[in-house]
This record gives sequence, C-alpha cells and structure tokens, in this order.
Amino acid sequence: MKLTLRVWRQQNAEAPGAMATYEVDGISRDMSFLEMLDTLNEELILAGDEPVAFDHDCREGICGACSLVINGDAHGPERTTTCQLHMRSFQDGDTIDVEPWRASAFPVVKDLVVDRSAFDRIIQSGGYISAPTGTAPDAHATPVPKPDADFAFEHAECIGCGACVAACPNGSAMLFTSAKVNHLNVLPQGTPERETRVLDMVATMDDEGFGGCTLTGECATACPKGIPLPSIAAMNKEWLRATRKVRR
Amino acid sequence: MTRTLWDSSVGKKTIMAVSGLIMLGYLVAHMVGNLKIFFGPGEFDRYAHWLRTMGDPVLHYSWGLWLVRVVLVAAVVLHGVSAYQLSRRDIKARPAKYVHTKPRASYATRTMRWGGVILALFIVWHILDLTTGTVHSGGFQEGHPYQNVVDTFSTWYGNVIYIVAVLAMGLHVQHGFWSAAQTLGVGNATRDRVLKTLANLLAAVLTLGFVSVPVAVMTGVVS
Ligand code: SF4
Ligand code: FES
Repeated sequence: MKLTLRVWRQQNAEAPGAMATYEVDGISRDMSFLEMLDTLNEELILAGDEPVAFDHDCREGICGACSLVINGDAHGPERTTTCQLHMRSFQDGDTIDVEPWRASAFPVVKDLVVDRSAFDRIIQSGGYISAPTGTAPDAHATPVPKPDADFAFEHAECIGCGACVAACPNGSAMLFTSAKVNHLNVLPQGTPERETRVLDMVATMDDEGFGGCTLTGECATACPKGIPLPSIAAMNKEWLRATRKVRR
Repeated sequence: MTRTLWDSSVGKKTIMAVSGLIMLGYLVAHMVGNLKIFFGPGEFDRYAHWLRTMGDPVLHYSWGLWLVRVVLVAAVVLHGVSAYQLSRRDIKARPAKYVHTKPRASYATRTMRWGGVILALFIVWHILDLTTGTVHSGGFQEGHPYQNVVDTFSTWYGNVIYIVAVLAMGLHVQHGFWSAAQTLGVGNATRDRVLKTLANLLAAVLTLGFVSVPVAVMTGVVS
C-alpha cells in the first residue's frame, strides 16, 4: 500500500506545531498502525530527519499507552486501540491524518505524545482499597454476587488510554473516572472508601481541568474497551449518594 | 475533600437537571392550559383569570401566580448561570481543535447552548408581548388574553418568533430530559430506551401542543 500521512509535528510543549505531510510506500495490509509509523520513522532516520514521537508499550491492546487521533477518530476507525488497528482498515492511496489527543488536561509533550499524568492523579485520589497486609486471603473469603462481579469486571477493563477525553468535545474525563469509581464502589472490598472515593476522584478530575459531561456520547463510541455511557449515570448516582451521606 | 454542589461540575449539572425539570413541569402545564383556547374566548379568559385566583381563599389574589413566578425565575437563573459556567469550563478544557473534524453528536445535543440562549431571549419577548403587553402588536387588553393571543399570531413575525422558539424548545427538551435523567443517576443500560422514548415523546407532545395555537390562528380555527 502507498499512503499519504499528514502528521502533527511539534518540537516540544512550548513550540507551535503543524501538520507535516509524508509519503510511505510498501505498507502491508497486515501491519498494525504503529508498525506503519515505525516504517515511516525508519525512513525518516535514514534520511537524517527526526522520527515522529508517539506513545506505545504492550502493542497488544492492554496497557493503554498508545493513543493517536486518526482521521478525526480516537484510536482510528475500528473500535480498538491504535496498536491493534491494522492497515487493512485503510485503502491503498488513502490520505491519513494523525493527531495527538487534544485536551488542556493532556498537554502535548512532543509530536503525538501527550502528558496523561492527570489520569494518574485521579487514580491516586481514590482508586485504591484498604486491605490488611499479610498473606493473601482465600479467594472465596469475600463473596461477591455475580451481577456485581460482572459490573466490576466490565469497568475494570478500562486501560486508562484517554480516548474518551480525546473524543469528547468538552475534554471531559467522566467516562474514565466513572469506570474507576464503578469498578471499586460495587465491590465489598471497595466499600470502606465508597463515599470518599467518588467525591475525591470527581474533585481531582475537576481540578485537573477536564470539562464537564454534556452526554454527547462520543467517549463511549471511542472507548476501545466498550465502557458504556450509562457508567457515567452510575457514577453520578454514587456522587449524589455520597454527597448526601457525608453531609449528614 | 467534600464540596458543595456549586463547586463541582457534577453538582452543577445536578442543579441544571433539577431546575430544568422544574421548568419542564411548568411547560407541560402551560401547554395544556394553552389548549383551552380551542374552547373559545369565554373559557380561555376564565382560565387565565383562575391562574390569579388559584389557591383562594388561602392565598390572596395573584399570590399563587407570583409564587410560581418566583420559583420559575429562580430555576431560569440557576439553569442559565450553571450552563454558562459549565460551558466556559468545557471550552477551556478543549482549546485546540482537531485538524480533521467530523460532524459529531446529534443536532439536539449540538444546539443545547445556543438553543438555550434563543429560549431565554424568547421568554423575554413572550412576557413583554403577552404578559405586560409592552411590545404587543395592536392594542393590548389586560384581562383579555384570548384577543391578545389572536393579535400576536396575526402578525408574521409573531408566528415566526414563536414557532422558531417552540422548535428550539422541543430540541432542548429532547436532549435535556434524557441528560437530566443521566445526571440524576436514574439512567442505566436497561432503562435507557425507556428514558429516550420518554424524552422524544415529551419533546413531540410539547412541540405539537404549543405550535397548534399559532397554526390555529393562522388557519382561522381560532379567531
Ligand atoms: S474509559 Fe475507555 S477510552 Fe476512557 S480511558 Fe478507559 S479504556 Fe480508554
Ligand atoms: S500499546 Fe498497549 S494498548 Fe496499545
């Protein structure tokens, strides 16, 4: 495949950026999107140019490191992570626009790399449980009803990639935060911090400069792990409950 | 780190949801009341008068109506100020646009902000037109709402302003009602379809009910 890439290039956080155009040839349909970028970078290095910086780690769709807005879609046209997106989703001769996540809470570090540490700070403020140290408890020591376990697992799937924020017209982190809150709040292990967790994580989310939710639904469409939009309603419910409880 | 409703984006959305539902409840009552116009001037004007004697003899003349007005003004102000502040936050959170843009979100969702502004301006005009009579076309007659309504909808601009505003209201309710349910935590995966249907139904019934009055005047059914 022969492709035209228009890629966001930005020297560092302060420098102004712009789209730069590159031609790549000999791309296999079985390559992942990141391998295609590797090919581009090899050519850039051989030509003595600076390679395009982009985030990646596991390349198997589980770590949440890869990002990229491809032709206006976070993680590209398929519902998966960019590392699991294959070039067969594109046509020979296509022009592909590649941009970084856009949100003021995710400042660009370089080219396509953004700083997602705001997510870490949201996690730090409540994404933990209190557990006694010592030997691991028996797996069946704390019974969890099946529907609750399913609900927790569904939300535990969030890999913290930030596609929800990138897709949201308000740069809101509600889907991510709701995944983290719902995952722990439904479980008996998460109960001691049930109220403080949701209050603190929502407060940190606000402080980090993420926008609010207007129920546009772009986040859930973009999420590679299928965290559903009603998760946000579930978190709102937890938040209102916690507000009532803590007031008392 | 507990915060008041006002200090949290989720809390402010709650305020918007509750104030929006109060206004929605009022809209339903207002629309149903409007339909009395189809029973002629006698019944419509008597209904309008009853609005002022509502709650009698406990309440003094027009106290009931003023109570409703105070609640509504509070709801409008809270809704508007929250919307303005949340919108500022949203715009600040997403300063850089994507080069490659796609049409996103439904029309109702995208028009919430400007639709809301249109509705606020409409309310001002609507009160000056049919409550105080300040900008009324022709002679405004206190206590004769039937004639006043017919006058307003006998002008082209009266019809245009009203119908545009009612359509904006319909869109606003369609997204707003469903959103309010999510904000208040009522929504979940199984209830989602019911809530969406209810939102569409409310929007459709309100739009048709309100539009029926100018259409009736234009076609001579009400004159
Ligand atoms: S909710 Fe989905 S899109 Fe958002 S960070 Fe988690 S996995 Fe990524
Ligand atoms: S590189 Fe780990 S999810 Fe894509």
